[in-house]
This record gives sequence, C-alpha cells and structure tokens, in this order.
Amino acid sequence: MARPLEFYSEPLPGVDPSELQGKLIVIEGPDAVGRSTQIARLRGWLQQKGHAVMDTGMARSALAAKGIRQAKQGNTLGPLTMTLFYTTDFADQLENQIIPALRAGFVVLTDRYFFSIMARGTARGADPKWIEQVVANIALVPHAVYYLRAEVPDLVSRVLIGRGAFDYWESGMDMRFGKDMYESFVHYQGRILRALDRMAKQYGFQVIDAGRPPDRIFLELQAGISRLFAGSSPA
Amino acid sequence: MVEGIDGSGKSTQISVLSQWLRAQGLGVVFSEWNSSDLVRETTRRGKKKEMFTPTTFSLIHATDFADRMERNILPPLKAGAVVCADRYAYTAFARDVARGVSRRWVRNLYSFAVRPNLCFYFRVPIDVALGRILGGRDALKYYEAGMDLELSRNVEESFRIFQGRIIEEYEAMVSEMGFQVIDATGTIEEQQAEMRRVVIEKLGGSLKNQVLRLRTEDANGATA
Repeated sequence: MARPLEFYSEPLPGVDPSELQGKLIVIEGPDAVGRSTQIARLRGWLQQKGHAVMDTGMARSALAAKGIRQAKQGNTLGPLTMTLFYTTDFADQLENQIIPALRAGFVVLTDRYFFSIMARGTARGADPKWIEQVVANIALVPHAVYYLRAEVPDLVSRVLIGRGAFDYWESGMDMRFGKDMYESFVHYQGRILRALDRMAKQYGFQVIDAGRPPDRIFLELQAGISRLFAGSSPA
Repeated sequence: MVEGIDGSGKSTQISVLSQWLRAQGLGVVFSEWNSSDLVRETTRRGKKKEMFTPTTFSLIHATDFADRMERNILPPLKAGAVVCADRYAYTAFARDVARGVSRRWVRNLYSFAVRPNLCFYFRVPIDVALGRILGGRDALKYYEAGMDLELSRNVEESFRIFQGRIIEEYEAMVSEMGFQVIDATGTIEEQQAEMRRVVIEKLGGSLKNQVLRLRTEDANGATA
C-alpha cells in the first residue's frame, strides 16, 4: 500500500491532505528523453487495470499556459520571470486539477513536476535554494518520481531522429550557452542533467536508464507502479 | 517607491514626484505594480474568470514583478537612473498575507527584489479610501474588495474587512522596513511637499546637487 499524501511544507490553504485518496506519480527527465511516450502507455495500462487516470504536465494550466506560450515567442523572457511563470502554472494545476483529482481517487500521472522548474532555473543561474523554497513549499510529495535519464548524446540523437531540429528554449538559446543551437543544447542539457541528478538523491527519485529500448523502460515503470497498488488494485 | 491601500492617493503622489525629479534633470524610470506586458494577459484572464487562489494570485504578481525587475528596474538602476515604483514587494507582503498566504513563503518569494532607498507609506483611514474609490469610478473590483475570500456578500463590507487586514500588515512593517509615513488625509500639496522634503533629506547627497539647491523654492512652491 502506498503511504498517504502529504505536503513538503505546510498544506496549501483549504487542503486537507488526508482527503486525498488518489496516487500521484511523476515522470521526470530532460527534454526529448521519451517521457510522453511512456505516459501514454502507462495511462492505457492503468485504465485497463480499472483506475481513473488524469495526466498533466508543464505549461498546461488554464491560467498560465497561454501566457507562457506567448512569452516564449518573444525575446524578453528572463530567467526569474520564466521560473515564476512556470511556478504559477504549476500552482494552478496543483490546486485546480491535481488536488481535485486526487480527492476523487484518480491516479495522477504528471509529465514533469516542479523538479524541472528547479532544473531549468538552476541551469540559468538562479539560486536553487530560492526556487526550492518557492515551489517545493507549496507542493505535494509524490508517491513516486521516476527519473528517465539519458546522456546528452542520446538526447541529441533523439532530437535529430524525432524532430530533426533543435528547439530554441530546449537549447537554452536565451542564455547563449554556445555558438549555435547544437552547442548550446549540449551545454544546457548537461546542466539540466546535473541539476536533476542532484535532486535525484535529495528527493529520492527512482532513476531509470532511458538509453534502453522503450519496451524495457515501460516494463520497469510498470513493475514500480504495480508495487504502489499492491493490495488496492481492483484487477 | 510608494505603498498604501487602494484609494490612499499614492499613485497621484508618486506621479507628481517623478515629474519633479525629471525636471531636476535626473533620469527617471516609472514602474507600476502589475504592468508587465508579458504577464498582463494572464492576470487579466485570471481576474476576469475569477480563477485565482491566494497562491496563484500571489505568484502571478511575483511573475509580473520579476519581469519588471529584470527589464525595467535593474538595468536603469545600474545605469544610474532613479526608479519610481508605484507599489513594490511590500504590497505582496501585506495583501497576500491578508489573503492567508504564509508570511515566510511570500517574503522568500520576493527575495530577488532590490531593497529600495526610500519607501513612502500612505496612511489613510478605510472610510477616506473608500470614499475616494467610489467617487472616482463605479464599483469596487472583485479582488480589490477581497471578494474571493468570502468575507462578506456585501462588497463594501468585504472591502472594509479585507483592506483593514492589509492596513494591519502595513502598519506592522512601518518600523521593520523603515517606511516614511505620509499622512494621506492631508491635501495633495501638503503630501507632495513632505515627500520632496524627505527625498532631499535622505537622497539629496547621492543625487545630483541640483536637487539640494532647489530645496527651499521647491518645497515652498509646492505648498504655495
């Protein structure tokens, strides 16, 4: 059986964690590591097993998603503003989607959690302690965090095979970490990985080697998640 | 920068003050609370659809402030300009805490804000503020009146309770943050003269000498 949910710090106003009956499962990892593929498969599998599943992810809030998208189209979004905009988005989803779903007993699968906000901010030179106190202090401790980890060269080949082009923000081009998108991507994603690696220890992520075939990764995720449901699964 | 509840007259005063500073030949940049182009549309959507919780209300205003800090406040300060701000992080310290957000959390949230050289706090009784707001425009706004907190179904009553809480938070910060208190029940001219006097006294030495030399005629000019 999974433990009851709790907050890292004081509960948010109006939330009683003991009412939250669902499961909160986080898939973390750098850009292009294959998170969304795995989430789609996990969702299908969990629904087969008889669970109600809600999936969510960064920059999908009703409040801030559009604003973030627009801000990223311009050339003025600074690192502090970006961190706080994403935090607003995170808080809106947490309070208006994740917590209500957990109250209703859903399995919430989230494609990244606040760890990515911290990683992106840290990679851009923000003080990790500051971001942590802002964002971890409003967050729920997930039942499990699976960190899909691959080395930078793997990420590069995934980008090339998948989209064929580097994305401006995924390459950290706002910070100009390199002469071109490729060099900046390599440098920036290296920083992201180092930040996530540090959090892996601190927050107890389960590290999954994402350099392997997707089927192998899926089996490992299934095995881990099954353990969370031991004794409570309808199937 | 200036702080105070809605209807305290601070915006009028800081606008006149910034004109005066500009007339002294200083580079002056004006930055208003909740005015970032990048964030405006999100704030508007949240207010219009009443989507905000105390936490997201606090965060979107911090995002707005961060954008102005990164673009409109820090670079001009580095270049030697005087930045006049209509509301600053203290607005969040007072208002978000009045909405039930953790005091420690919101103070940490704004720890990237540079400490201002001078903070004016406009002290005003709620009834005076309410009279000014109602005289100037039609209705009290939903969040300004704290209607999201369900303190009262009556908008005026809710405004009174909510702004009363904000005043308590401001008053507690007066000595902690070293606010210069302005009696906001005085005439516009009296308040302006007092502000100019304080600016010259506290900042005269660090600004261009002109400001110091203009001291007498200007303070008198404002009261005349």
